[in-house]
Amino acid sequence: MQLFRRLCAALTLMTMAPLAMPGWGGAFAQVPKPWEIGMQPAANLIKQKIIDLHDLVFWIITLTTIFVAALLVIVMVRFNAKANPIPSKTSHHTGLEIAWTVIPVLLLVIMSIPSFRLIYYQDRTPNPDLTIKVIAHQWYWEYAYPDNGEFSIESRMIRDENLKPGQLRMLDVDNQMVVPVGKNIRILTSSAEVIHSFFVPSLGVQRYAIPGRVIETWFSVDKPGVYYGECNQICGADHSRMPIAVHAVSAQEFKAWTEQTKKAAQADAPAGAQPRLLAATDATANQVQR
Amino acid sequence: MADTTHDHAHGHDDQHDHKPGFVTRWFFSTNHKDIGTLYLIFAVVGGLVGGVLSEIMRAQLQFPNNHIVTDGQQWNTIITTHGLLMIFFSVMPALIGGFGNWFIPLMIGAPDMAFPRLNNISFWLLPPAFLLICIGLFMGESGSGWTLYPPLSNATYESGMGMDCTLFALHLAGASSLLGAMNFITTIFNMRAPGMTMHKLPLFIWAELVTAWLLVLAVPVLAGAITMLICDRNFGTAFFDPQGGGDPVLFQHLFWFFGHPEVYIMILPGFGIVSHVISTFSKKPIFGYLGMVYAMVGIGVIGFVVWAHHMYLSGMDVDTRAYFMGATMVIAVPTGVKVFSWIATMWGGSIEFKTPMLWAIGFLFVFTIGGVTGVVCANAGIDEVIHNTYYIVAHFHYVLSLGAVFSIFCGFYYWIGKMSGRQYPEFWGKVHFWLFFIGVNLTFFPQHFLGLAGMPRRYPDYPDAFAGWNYVSSVGAYISGISTLVFLYVCFKIFTSKVPVADNYWGEGATTLEWTQTSPPPFHTYAELPRIL
Repeated sequence: MQLFRRLCAALTLMTMAPLAMPGWGGAFAQVPKPWEIGMQPAANLIKQKIIDLHDLVFWIITLTTIFVAALLVIVMVRFNAKANPIPSKTSHHTGLEIAWTVIPVLLLVIMSIPSFRLIYYQDRTPNPDLTIKVIAHQWYWEYAYPDNGEFSIESRMIRDENLKPGQLRMLDVDNQMVVPVGKNIRILTSSAEVIHSFFVPSLGVQRYAIPGRVIETWFSVDKPGVYYGECNQICGADHSRMPIAVHAVSAQEFKAWTEQTKKAAQADAPAGAQPRLLAATDATANQVQR
Repeated sequence: MADTTHDHAHGHDDQHDHKPGFVTRWFFSTNHKDIGTLYLIFAVVGGLVGGVLSEIMRAQLQFPNNHIVTDGQQWNTIITTHGLLMIFFSVMPALIGGFGNWFIPLMIGAPDMAFPRLNNISFWLLPPAFLLICIGLFMGESGSGWTLYPPLSNATYESGMGMDCTLFALHLAGASSLLGAMNFITTIFNMRAPGMTMHKLPLFIWAELVTAWLLVLAVPVLAGAITMLICDRNFGTAFFDPQGGGDPVLFQHLFWFFGHPEVYIMILPGFGIVSHVISTFSKKPIFGYLGMVYAMVGIGVIGFVVWAHHMYLSGMDVDTRAYFMGATMVIAVPTGVKVFSWIATMWGGSIEFKTPMLWAIGFLFVFTIGGVTGVVCANAGIDEVIHNTYYIVAHFHYVLSLGAVFSIFCGFYYWIGKMSGRQYPEFWGKVHFWLFFIGVNLTFFPQHFLGLAGMPRRYPDYPDAFAGWNYVSSVGAYISGISTLVFLYVCFKIFTSKVPVADNYWGEGATTLEWTQTSPPPFHTYAELPRIL
């Protein structure tokens, strides 16, 4: 399965990447695939842990379902009116009743140990390398980089009519969220008006963006590439039209990008626009919550 | 009020049975059977309208870039109304108002409900609520999702009157449920026939009792939340508005404190029906009666302390999430007890595969799938990547659209002979079952795959990669749409049939009190109270 996933990933890399990312070239892109039946492959340890736990739970529930279905089939074959004309009158069996209470409890205990570990691991990172503020708007994302020169970028979906060949409909955006590979990135989500949800499946990260609150989470990215996600909480007419593209690059490229973007932002924006924007987000960010 | 000769003729058959004229009988009704019938008709209408909306949605999603519904706001209104209609105007009226009203008095040996006039108003609050919700739909102004989360549902983002209509519709439907629930509780506690102790109550009655308690405790919280929302929208308060010191997450807590018990409200009566059907057609008493009763009570109690598992991503403290995760997983235990007890009831039985039994076995299968995926969703860690995706849509449709709806059809085929005095056509009942079973599984099973791959719900359009399974899902929806037409044909056959049915047409397996009455039962039953030994 893992091999299959890697193959798929490699295939996508070869076909999609040169087209999907003009200017960066040759990188990896994690996109949902046609007829996919499982989770998107992991791009970091968080998602890998999620997949591992899901695999465990998946086998428990699948075996349970097969067990119940098998019992139903046995009952239908052995105890239909033709095969068994005289019904029994049994209506109690203490041992059996204890068994089907205790065994599910044991299964749940087995499941819950890795499950509790996972949520504490996912919750927040003890030593973030940088912080990115994710501010949701109707209907675009704003990514602010307070640690790298107090600038922010706006990320909007590329509308169908403006798609260039090779760009993905409803996934590609004009300005991707650029992050350095291998660093622990603290994400602070908030919203300018209604609730949205910042969701990148392959990074195993999702949090609501709620006005008046700042919610903390984190992720890291193992290797360079573009990782796609979408807004995942109903937020009005264009809910489906505010995808997320996280572009992971090397530390040097990230530094170059921040310098360049900062300059461009200062040049483009009317005087004082950027600081005002960040100040506005700070006002909503009166309290950092886990 | 025309007292027709037809009524007289019937009255003659049923000795001292005097039926009022049409208007008095159906509009000022205080008879539990007539009110039950009204509820059932209402539920069919609500289900059909909600079903048409789901066919529109599946047609839209059949292909990416589809433009049947071009406007995102319209789309959101459709999904909102679909959810609310199915919950408040189809599943609840059928399982609680319909079967509850019909069979609580018949099964406990009571002449009628404790408060017949309350029963009447409890039904008649629903049609205006239905009208209001349709206004919300046609004005296209209630696009907040059925969860109604502010700020999206407040006056800035849903400025029209349609949203207020939808909120008032919920108030009316809620008041209706509350009145009905009080009536049920009073009836079950006080009007049982002599000798029918609580531990001799049929399981359907226990199910309705637990459901009624859930309603009484949960619905007022929803009423409070939407009242605050209405005030935020219209009267300048800021309960849920951060700019006025309010908190959108408070609404989520209030909503789900109602919303989670609500899902058990929809499924518990179904548990009751399925228990009777399985016992009847296996010709065996229920296995582990007390376990079954206290599993339902347990599900009801635990159902009140797990609400925030709908809010893992709302920024709650990690310890809080850990608690809600643990509590949620516990629910799997009483649910497992029920599933295994049903199978044990069949074990050793002499099973006849009549249509109601097919629905009951189908229920066991789909409910098990919906139940086990619930365990996946309960894990807050996994929820991080399946929250709000189609995995959730698949999960709750397996429990409700399949589970609860299967139990409704199960009850319909089981009791329609008793209620109408005319039997359903066995062949067409089975055709209905198989078409529906195949259709809904084809619709909802692939949605697990879409969800795992990361397709968000409430999207009118999606990235092209999701096209394949969406196409399959839509084909399934059309099949279940056709099965609904078969159901309407079954209804037509029933009501044009001339063949009367016996009092107890299921034979030895059917042991509850309603089978001692004629089919249909006389207008007034139990003039003399039965004694239970």
